[in-house]
Amino acid sequence: MPVQARGEVLGMRRVGQYYVLTITAPGIPELTRPGHFVGLSVGGEGSGMVLRRSFSIHKVTDRGPYGGTLEIAFAVHGKGTAWMAQLDRHDTVDVVGPLGRPFALPKEPVSCALVAGGYGSAPMFMLAEQLRERGCRVDFVLGASTEDKLFGVLDAKRMASTLTVTTEDGSLGEKGRVTDVLPELMDRLNVSVVYACGPMGMLAAVAQQAEKHGAYSQCAVEEAMACGIGICMTCVLPVIGDDGVTRMLRSCVDGPVFRGDSVRWSDVGTVPADAWGAPVGGHK
Amino acid sequence: MTAVIGYGPVGGEPAEPTIDMATWIGDLSLNGPVLTASGCSSMGKELDPFFDLTAIGGVVTKSVMLQPRSGRATPRMAETPSGMLNSIGLQGPGIESFVENDLPWLRERGVKAVVSIAGGSVDEYARLAQVLRYCEEVSAVEVNISCPNVEDRGQVFACHPNLASDVIYNVRRFIPTEIPVIAKLSPDVTNIVDIATAVVKGGATGLSLINTTLGMVIDTETLRPALAGVTGGLSGPAIRPIAVRCVWQVHSAMPDVPIIGIGGIATGLDALQFVLAGASAVQVGTMTFNDPSAPLRVQNELARALAERGFSRFTDAIGYAHRPHDAPLNDFVADAWAEDERIGEASDPARPLNSGAAG
Repeated sequence: MPVQARGEVLGMRRVGQYYVLTITAPGIPELTRPGHFVGLSVGGEGSGMVLRRSFSIHKVTDRGPYGGTLEIAFAVHGKGTAWMAQLDRHDTVDVVGPLGRPFALPKEPVSCALVAGGYGSAPMFMLAEQLRERGCRVDFVLGASTEDKLFGVLDAKRMASTLTVTTEDGSLGEKGRVTDVLPELMDRLNVSVVYACGPMGMLAAVAQQAEKHGAYSQCAVEEAMACGIGICMTCVLPVIGDDGVTRMLRSCVDGPVFRGDSVRWSDVGTVPADAWGAPVGGHK
Repeated sequence: MTAVIGYGPVGGEPAEPTIDMATWIGDLSLNGPVLTASGCSSMGKELDPFFDLTAIGGVVTKSVMLQPRSGRATPRMAETPSGMLNSIGLQGPGIESFVENDLPWLRERGVKAVVSIAGGSVDEYARLAQVLRYCEEVSAVEVNISCPNVEDRGQVFACHPNLASDVIYNVRRFIPTEIPVIAKLSPDVTNIVDIATAVVKGGATGLSLINTTLGMVIDTETLRPALAGVTGGLSGPAIRPIAVRCVWQVHSAMPDVPIIGIGGIATGLDALQFVLAGASAVQVGTMTFNDPSAPLRVQNELARALAERGFSRFTDAIGYAHRPHDAPLNDFVADAWAEDERIGEASDPARPLNSGAAG
C-alpha cells in the first residue's frame, strides 16, 4: 500500500551528469523493495506543473537520525527536474510511494546478471544486495553513451562478482553497448535471471538475448506517467498475459517491472490490432 | 441561529468547522459535495490507500462502454501550462466486466458510485442503461456525451441538441426514476445553454459541467504532434475559468437544475467559485494526479472556506454569486459578520471575509 508523505530534503549531490536527492519520507522506506518507485510533485505549492514525476528508488534507510530516508537519482530533462535540481536542504516535497511492482527475486541461489543503461542502474544496487543475501551470484553490466552518464560504477564494483562497463564512445570500459557483451557473459556465467533497467530499446534487446539464452528477464520500463498510481491510464504498453491475450497494461501498477518475454517490445507505442479491445480497423 | 467560525486558540490548528456539507443531485443525497471525476480516479480502488472514499460525495468511475476497449496508442498525454492534454481513448473493461469486477468493490466499501457511460450510438447508450438498471450499487449515472478522444472527436452528441437529448432520453427511460441521470457536457459548443436545455428536456436530472476542451501540442523536437492521437482533451486549472463560466451561464438559465462543477479544481477556494456560480456539487479530476488525496482535501478546505464566510450549510452557498447587486446579505452571512471581530465593521459585500485569516 503506497503512502503520501511530506518529505524533507536532506541533501543533494552531483554524480556525473546526474543528481542524487536524499529526502525523508515517513512510512515509505520501510515498505520499499528493489524496483519500487516514488512520485514527486514538483514546483511547490500552487505550481503550474500538475503532473507528478516518477523516479525509481535508489536507496533507503529505514532508521537513523532522520527516521526513514530515501534516495532517488535524476537527470535534468525539463522544467520539473530543473526545479528539483535547485532544491535545498530543509525544502519540502510531496512524495507518494512505494509504487509499482518490484523485481521478482529467485527462490534458488542462481546466477544473476544486472544490466542497466545510464541512471537506469539506480534501483539495481538495492536489488544486488538482496540477491547476494539469498546466495545469488551477481554480475553487473553498466552502459552509457559516455563515462559521465554512467551511474554507480563504484557501488557496482563493490557489490558484484564482476563488473563490465560499456560506453558508446569508449571513454570507459569496452566501446559499445551492454548488448554487445551480455550474450558472452550469460554463456560464461550460466546466468539464470537477467535484471534490466534503462531505455526501451535496450530493454527490448536484453529481453530478446535473455530469451535466446534460456534465462528469465525482469525489465523495469520507463514510460511517461502522469500520476504513478494507476488512475490516469497514460503509461500503458502491450503486454501478453498468461492466457496469451495482449492487453494495454499500466506500467505504474502492473509494472514498472515486467517479465521481458511478456512485453511486445516492437509494438510499444502502438495498440496492436489483436490487443484486447482494440478497435476493428484501428483508431480514426 | 449561529454561524460557526471554527478557529481554535491563536497559533493552534484551526478547528474543523461544523458545517452541514450535505447536498443533493435530484433525489440522490450526498454527504459531501466533492466527487472524483470520471477518468481521473479509475474505478475508485486505486485511491483507497490515500483517503477515505466514503468521506467524500462519491466516486465517478471511468467511462465504460459496452465492449472492452484498448484505448489509443501512446504518447497519451502532454503536460501544458497549469494543465495537461490527454488522449486515452476510453480504455476500459466493457460494461459486463465492470459490473462483475468493479462495482461490487465500491458497494462493499460503502462508496457512492456514479457510473459514467459512453457510447458510439444512441442505441449503445440505451443498452448500457439496460445493464445498469439492475445494479443496485449505482447511485447515479453520468452520461458522457462529450469525450473528445473517440472517433468523431466527441462532436456528434456534444454539439447537436437533438442528438444529445436523444441519448439522454434513451438512458433515462431505462434507469429507475429515483436514480439521477446526469449529462456531462462539452465546453466546445457555441452555446452551452442550448445543449443544457435540450438534455434537461430529454430527461437529465442534472448536468456535469465541463468535460475537457479539445487541444493540441506539437513536440518541437520531433516536429510532430505530441500525442499519438494528434488532438487531446485539455484539463486542469488552465480550463477552470471556462468551466466556471459554463456553470454560471447554465445556472442563470436554469437555476433549478442541479449542476456538478468540474474543471481544474485544486483547492477549496476553487471549488467555492463553482458553488457560488451555481454548482450543487463539484468533481476533482486532473489535480488528483498531482495529489492523490485532493478530493477529500478540497472538501475539507471548502468546508473551512464556507465557515469563514459565515455559511453553516453548504447548500446556502449554491449560486450565491448570482444574488442581485443591491440584495441584502442573507441572514446567515450577516450573522457571521456581526460575530467576527475581524470583519464586524465590513459593509462592502465584495470585501473578502477572510482577509488575513486563510489567504
